[in-house]
Amino acid sequence: MRRLSLLLVVALLAAACGGGDDETPTLAELEKKFICPTCQTTLELSNAPVADRMRAFIRERIAAGDSESEISAALVAQFGEGVLAAPPKEGFNLLAWVLPLAGGAVAIGALGVALRRWSRTRAEPGTAAPSANGRPPLDPELERRLDEELARFDG
Amino acid sequence: MARRVKLILQAAAVLVVASLVALLGWQVARQEEGRGLAAAVERGERPLAPQLEFETLEDDGTIRLSDYRGKAVVLNFWASWCEPCKKEAPLLQETWERYRDDGLVVLGIDAQDFRTDAREFVERYGLTYPIAYDGNGASLGRFGNTGFPETWFMGRDGRLVGEHIIGEFDRQQLEENVRAALGTTR
Repeated sequence: MRRLSLLLVVALLAAACGGGDDETPTLAELEKKFICPTCQTTLELSNAPVADRMRAFIRERIAAGDSESEISAALVAQFGEGVLAAPPKEGFNLLAWVLPLAGGAVAIGALGVALRRWSRTRAEPGTAAPSANGRPPLDPELERRLDEELARFDG
Repeated sequence: MARRVKLILQAAAVLVVASLVALLGWQVARQEEGRGLAAAVERGERPLAPQLEFETLEDDGTIRLSDYRGKAVVLNFWASWCEPCKKEAPLLQETWERYRDDGLVVLGIDAQDFRTDAREFVERYGLTYPIAYDGNGASLGRFGNTGFPETWFMGRDGRLVGEHIIGEFDRQQLEENVRAALGTTR
């Protein structure tokens, strides 16, 4: 179980950190990956003048045979990293990819541990002596205090 | 031991949440600074201009607004793809030539633009006044700008003066605000 969880986490991290496709991209693909700086939407949704200019730039670069990462680097050099629809999978920005996955993995792990503990306590009801009325046994400390109180009344 | 680990994890979680809240607060405060600037100018107040630093369009140095203390400054935010900016450029050049000896500086701030496009623009319109480059448009939020072109006027004391012009200005509007900026003292 633990090994399976570990494999799942490693697979998710590998998927998040995997490199981009560096074959010649299409305009339609790249329009989804860059943001128009004036309207803050992806290029495919924007008809702002700067978005038109960015599309023309991307078309030129594709025609010149640039890869996606080269086009991306050129746009980031002009407009900064804010032009990327998703943060780059490197440096500090890698946290944006890794943290949600790590958080999910921790949550799944915690849920697994909790379920395991819960099912163990349900599966081992006979560890303490059963009470006469069939209800769960009292906490030993509570039982001791109760005995003390009753003894005081009896005395 | 387990209790200690739990305590450390809880402290770490609180620290992470507190950092995120602080980051959000800082971001909101910066946005409010820009909006507040526009509102203050509209009320006729004279707030200090944000202390910004830019690369030059030619990428051969830096331009700081604080460098212009003692000068009246026209701050014109523009981009080469902006149509009204094309109409304003000749008027700004003319104003710069006419008033530069009186202590006026026209500073063009090219934002959210390709540097090469901006250089072509400068060449096409024969602009000789200083041009700063702000590719990612970080300065726009500091001033509370919402589009292009937008023009501000800074007095000799580094405080904003006159109007905040959103969109294309006309000759008279430019002239009046330039005079207001030149009329300030250091």
